[in-house]
Amino acid sequence: MSRLEQRFAALNAAGRKALIPFITAGDPYPEFTVPLLHEMVKAGADVIELGVPFSDPMADGPVIQRASERALAHHVGLRKVLDMVAAFRRDDEETPIILMGYLNPIEIMGYENFANAAQRVGVDGVLTVDLPPEEAEACVSLLKARNIDQIFLLAPNSDAKRVELMDKVGSGYLYYVSLKGVTGAGHLNTQDVEQQLAMIKQHTRLPVGVGFGVKDAKTAKILAEIADGVVVGSALISKIEANLDDPEQARSEIIELLSSMRQAMDSGA
Amino acid sequence: MTEHYNMPDERGHFGPYGGIFVAETLMPAINELNEAYHKYRQDAEFQRELDADLQHYVGRPSPLYHAQRWSEALGGAQIYLKREDLNHTGAHKINNTVGQALLAKRMGKKRIIAETGAGQHGVATATVAARLGLECVVYMGAVDVERQALNVYRMKLLGATVVPVESGSRTLKDALNEALRDWVTNIDDTFYIIGTVAGPHPYPAMVRDFQAVIGREAKQQCQEMTGRLPDALVACVGGGSNAIGLFYPFIDDASVKMYGVEAAGDGVETGHHSAPLCAGKPGVLHGNRTYLMADEDGEIIETHSISAGLDYPGVGPEHAWLKDSGRAEYVNITDDEALQGFHALTRMEGIIPALESSHAMAYAMKLAPTMSPEQIMIINLSGRGDKDMHTMAQREGIKL
Repeated sequence: MSRLEQRFAALNAAGRKALIPFITAGDPYPEFTVPLLHEMVKAGADVIELGVPFSDPMADGPVIQRASERALAHHVGLRKVLDMVAAFRRDDEETPIILMGYLNPIEIMGYENFANAAQRVGVDGVLTVDLPPEEAEACVSLLKARNIDQIFLLAPNSDAKRVELMDKVGSGYLYYVSLKGVTGAGHLNTQDVEQQLAMIKQHTRLPVGVGFGVKDAKTAKILAEIADGVVVGSALISKIEANLDDPEQARSEIIELLSSMRQAMDSGA
Repeated sequence: MTEHYNMPDERGHFGPYGGIFVAETLMPAINELNEAYHKYRQDAEFQRELDADLQHYVGRPSPLYHAQRWSEALGGAQIYLKREDLNHTGAHKINNTVGQALLAKRMGKKRIIAETGAGQHGVATATVAARLGLECVVYMGAVDVERQALNVYRMKLLGATVVPVESGSRTLKDALNEALRDWVTNIDDTFYIIGTVAGPHPYPAMVRDFQAVIGREAKQQCQEMTGRLPDALVACVGGGSNAIGLFYPFIDDASVKMYGVEAAGDGVETGHHSAPLCAGKPGVLHGNRTYLMADEDGEIIETHSISAGLDYPGVGPEHAWLKDSGRAEYVNITDDEALQGFHALTRMEGIIPALESSHAMAYAMKLAPTMSPEQIMIINLSGRGDKDMHTMAQREGIKL
């Protein structure tokens, strides 16, 4: 059983839902990241999605694009992100870490080199935005052999056939993108999400996390009632962007938002 | 080659290159496009409409012109120019936009988006959108908006909305990123007209098929004019659509050598260039696997070329395959050499080529003298140079 599967099994047994924050590694500067990861765990994060900065983040909205640019200005790429995971693991052997990003950094490192490095530093899952299941076989088999899950995205326009494909090729959990668009866009319609999740659940045994457009505790609570996990990204990164001259303030605002989401998700109806 | 060339496979692979590498939201749209494209490419009525548009609207066939004076001066091969510069809107780009716009209309899409670098593809897209009465949004890097003001104005006159892209390096690749973001957001009613043989399948094959009219005509014209096949084909390669359009119908003709000319910018050795086939390595960007310019972390490196149309860090996946298989050879030409090519054709033949095409001219100046006067070379004159007057004047310190 992977660390990720264990985590979801434990949450399920406790009747709780996963809170999954996303931040871009190295934003706004490299030393900011690892301490923040620990604090997010204390604030109630169950799984962490750590963004690997990429020069051409085609599926991201302006907030995460700019986070990538800030990190890249400090030359934070895949190799430094792996170092950060290693540093995090020195003090936390429990919390699953998912690397989220684009395929090219992994291509350039080489699938096998990447899989070995990810295993060595303690990465639990990989979510590659531009790697659909049809092209993923080579990468997935190398990761699977090392007990690392490949997480796939599902979109509002994914049909049952595609859900079944993700269920077959993917593991860990599925990430349902709640709206057509880029990260951080618009407001999600929880009714639509509920309908779509019902369909998805019929075609997969994997836990399903929901993200894109989760901005506050209220939305997190509603989603936690219908999904297995709630992903929050742009709303956290906005705090960094709003406090570039005061990173400590950004850190405390991020923790405050996460804590409020945790509380809302755990509170009864 | 003994076997008939039949790339790509049904999922768009040219050997290890090509494929479909996109976010999940795009997959249903890509599948829809793929189905429509395969249906209409065999549809007689669609082909008739396309042929009629190419003839009466674009002005095809474009001439194959024997550049006798220039051939003699270079003292080698007989040089023939495929005159794509004479097409409506001044470049080969419209062959593809006419085709994709017809497809968009058949698919019932009301809104067209496109990316553009130099603005030629943007103009060609705005042109067909105007003609069909479709809404048109063109994404263009903010840097390119500044250096190609004339084309921005042309697009606006044609009714298109031009959106300057401020992210990343603010050039062509960033315009492509932004167009993909638009597509993902407006997937239901929007058709994305990609301007080159890159992007996810079916774009590389589809754009090639729309551009292959260049090579089909050239082959027939060459036969009629000389009674034989050419010995060499030369074309510039940014994304590579004009080159693949010329090359493709000749791939099975083993005696015909093919030369793709990349932009070496300040020189490949300086790192300031746009020559992924000559100096890059395979990776994945914008939906396909191909040769790219990336650093050790896989981040895309900023490119440089005097010609905005070649200023792109990737290249169509079919070129990657033609390179690895040895069927085509890829060479590079610096900014300075391209300028020599520009002036040579202008003064020797009275034809002002686009800076992109000038790279092909400059390589021909090296290649032709190594060939005999009995041999034939076809160069794709992919566009005319009117759009580059400001760049040229600035470069040579002349105030217009």
